[in-house]
Amino acid sequence: MDTTRLIIVAVGGQGNLLASKVLGEAALRAGIPVRMSEIHGMAQRGGVVESAIVFGDAQSTIISDGEANVLVGFEPSETLRAVGKCNADTVVITNLAPLPPFTVALGKGVYPDIDDLQERIRSKVKKLLAFDSTALARKAGNVMANNMVLLGALLQTGVVPMTADQVREAIGATTKQAFVDTNLKAFDLGYEAARKAA
Amino acid sequence: MHKLLTDSPGQKMLMLGNEAIARGAVEAGVAMASTYPGTPSSEISLNFFQMSRESELYFQYSTNEKVAMEVAAAAANSGVRSMCIMKHVGLNVAADALMTLAYVGVRGGMVIITADDPSMFSSQNEQDNRYYGKLSGLPVVEPSSVEEAKELVGYAFDLSEQLQEPVLFRTTTRINHSSAFVTLGALKPPETKGDFQKDPFRYVTVPAVARRLHVKLLENQARAKELSEASPYNFVEGAGGWGIFCNGVSYSYVSDAVRDLGMQDRIRIFRIGFSHPLPEQKIKAFLGECEKVLVAEEGEPFMEEAVKAFAQEAGLTLPIRGKADDLFSRLYEFDPAMVRKTIASYFGIDYAAPPAIDVQDVPDIPMRPPNLCAGCSHRATYYAVKKAAEGMETIYPTDIGCYTLGFLPPLSMGDFLICMGSSVGTSCGFSQATDRKVVAFIGDSTFFHSGIPGLINAVFNGHNLTLVILDNGTTAMTGHQPHPGVDMSQLQMEGYGRVSIEAVVRAVGVRHVTVIRPFKVKKSIEQIREALAFDGVSVIISQEPCALYAKGLKLLKGKPFTVSDKCKNHRDCVNDLACPAFYIQDDRVHIDADLCVGCAVCAQICPENAIRPVKIEKTA
Repeated sequence: MDTTRLIIVAVGGQGNLLASKVLGEAALRAGIPVRMSEIHGMAQRGGVVESAIVFGDAQSTIISDGEANVLVGFEPSETLRAVGKCNADTVVITNLAPLPPFTVALGKGVYPDIDDLQERIRSKVKKLLAFDSTALARKAGNVMANNMVLLGALLQTGVVPMTADQVREAIGATTKQAFVDTNLKAFDLGYEAARKAA
Repeated sequence: MHKLLTDSPGQKMLMLGNEAIARGAVEAGVAMASTYPGTPSSEISLNFFQMSRESELYFQYSTNEKVAMEVAAAAANSGVRSMCIMKHVGLNVAADALMTLAYVGVRGGMVIITADDPSMFSSQNEQDNRYYGKLSGLPVVEPSSVEEAKELVGYAFDLSEQLQEPVLFRTTTRINHSSAFVTLGALKPPETKGDFQKDPFRYVTVPAVARRLHVKLLENQARAKELSEASPYNFVEGAGGWGIFCNGVSYSYVSDAVRDLGMQDRIRIFRIGFSHPLPEQKIKAFLGECEKVLVAEEGEPFMEEAVKAFAQEAGLTLPIRGKADDLFSRLYEFDPAMVRKTIASYFGIDYAAPPAIDVQDVPDIPMRPPNLCAGCSHRATYYAVKKAAEGMETIYPTDIGCYTLGFLPPLSMGDFLICMGSSVGTSCGFSQATDRKVVAFIGDSTFFHSGIPGLINAVFNGHNLTLVILDNGTTAMTGHQPHPGVDMSQLQMEGYGRVSIEAVVRAVGVRHVTVIRPFKVKKSIEQIREALAFDGVSVIISQEPCALYAKGLKLLKGKPFTVSDKCKNHRDCVNDLACPAFYIQDDRVHIDADLCVGCAVCAQICPENAIRPVKIEKTA
């Protein structure tokens, strides 16, 4: 089968690894081969966490620059930082709620302008879907469900080879029981937001 | 039940490479496992730790890798299947045990996991541990995928028992930290007790014995070579006059590249999974069928040099290349596009890389380096030491752990680091070779690992230095593993002793010992000042639990703080402490109440006394 390459970038603590795990479980349920890799040594120390998820027959577990079919960014400046993973055919989904790195507070660097950031990404890739997923997570009942909102949006685009129901099932099986309802609600809000934007 | 103890052969499970390795060991009936934690290997031991609490498997966190290897070696020589797990540099620590264990050999299977870290995602070097196979004379096996990792562990145990030698199982970060579907096999109940049969002329390596054992080791190597020739993990696939040797993760990149380039009938691949000793005859036969060969291996030209030597012996003159400026680098890890491009250019295959997008116009995005956590006790200690040492010419040798991050500005506490325990040893040298005040930092776990001999050295040789032991009650960096100073009753675990750092320090003869609580800023600075003034070896033990660990155990009692209107924007808090709970909004300092753990260090240094605890709103 064709290979689909997905990169997820996030700040440590945003639940990137759980999102990857949900997608992996959904692929297992759907019988779709998947390989993933992650760099998570510094996840709890506020660094950047990047996951690569490769669906299909490829053997590699990492994704080279310019070769992602889809990029999902949990934080806008991290989405921009990872744009080198994209090509002209890439679909990009990003949260618009900033989590400025600490270096900004120290006066070492300026946080990029959000409008300009979207403009630049949009001009380089096939499609940019940008919205405040943090707000939708809050609406679902837990700001930590940001990852599920973005998964919902990802599934709506149809870029990854599973159905939204398969991912919903995986959320039920993989995330903590106490959070399943909130997570599913967040997933649906993200799906809906992407549908409206399309 | 622990997921890796699931007894349903045939079931498919999504597993991390490290989980697959642990599962492979359980399926092979491993009975004893020992480790010192280190990324990227840590989840293997974490899973053993968890499983040992609900199965017959014995597991221990040892004080360091050398001890871990000795523990496992004794188990294996009692006939019990054992595994010891470490990161690549950990094998340097265990190397003394390894080299002569190779002479002695084992009775029960023993597998040594060495997790290499090309690109140094979380390590101080990217050494290629395949060379330990050559150095010690031991077999080395390497998986290329998560699924294969599980199978290969069982093979390694069998191989170890066949040869009566420990087997080195070498992974890289992209095996340890990748996930894929793994099919469960049958569980094998561990045989947890063996028997040691005395045979001093095999086991006591005095020179006369060792001379005979070296002969035996060379004979074992010859047998290992035969097994390598026949191993299913050294295989050839594809057809054609062009050949590629590869191992580990480079096999996946090469496979994908050959498929993407449509070269399956032009390129044959020799995948090496049993890399020491190499299958010489098989390689010579392969070379005889090739007109041009490329060696695709991360790290050093381990296979390349051997393959070239085999070609010379076989009288073959075909081009064989691997590491070169225009081909593969010895630096960092490979990636699929780079391997594809290199294969295309070496063999002259027509291939245009897909056009890259232009990122020239992307503005500089502020960096997001990992940082000491909000409420981290190390930050408080560094601040206090810096204040106490004001006006002194200092050198700050540091060590390996979260606290290494303190070398970054604005704390800038960390001047020299080479390996675990080096803070103390190098301090001895710096204090002798310079006239500066030497203040070393070491974590509690690292102190037990390899800091104690350095401290004894400092006392014996009369050096003038201060050692600050950052005692946060856990091995924080690698995921909060226990160490000999940890109170195991907090984890509801019985049967453990507890070693007091203070008692150790006093017992080795340190005459000036101070215990501080770093969140009491003013008092800590005074106490540190006194310790720094002491002529000779002084030790400061800075005790405060790791905030993340305390949070996990629900021991955090602090309330968040907030910045009041009294703030006059001096920003000493932000600029001197760099706690990630601060943020700037509309040119004012704020504290993120979700991150703040209430350590109150910033409140104590604010010149306006403007940082106060958040008032809990009274509800009617």
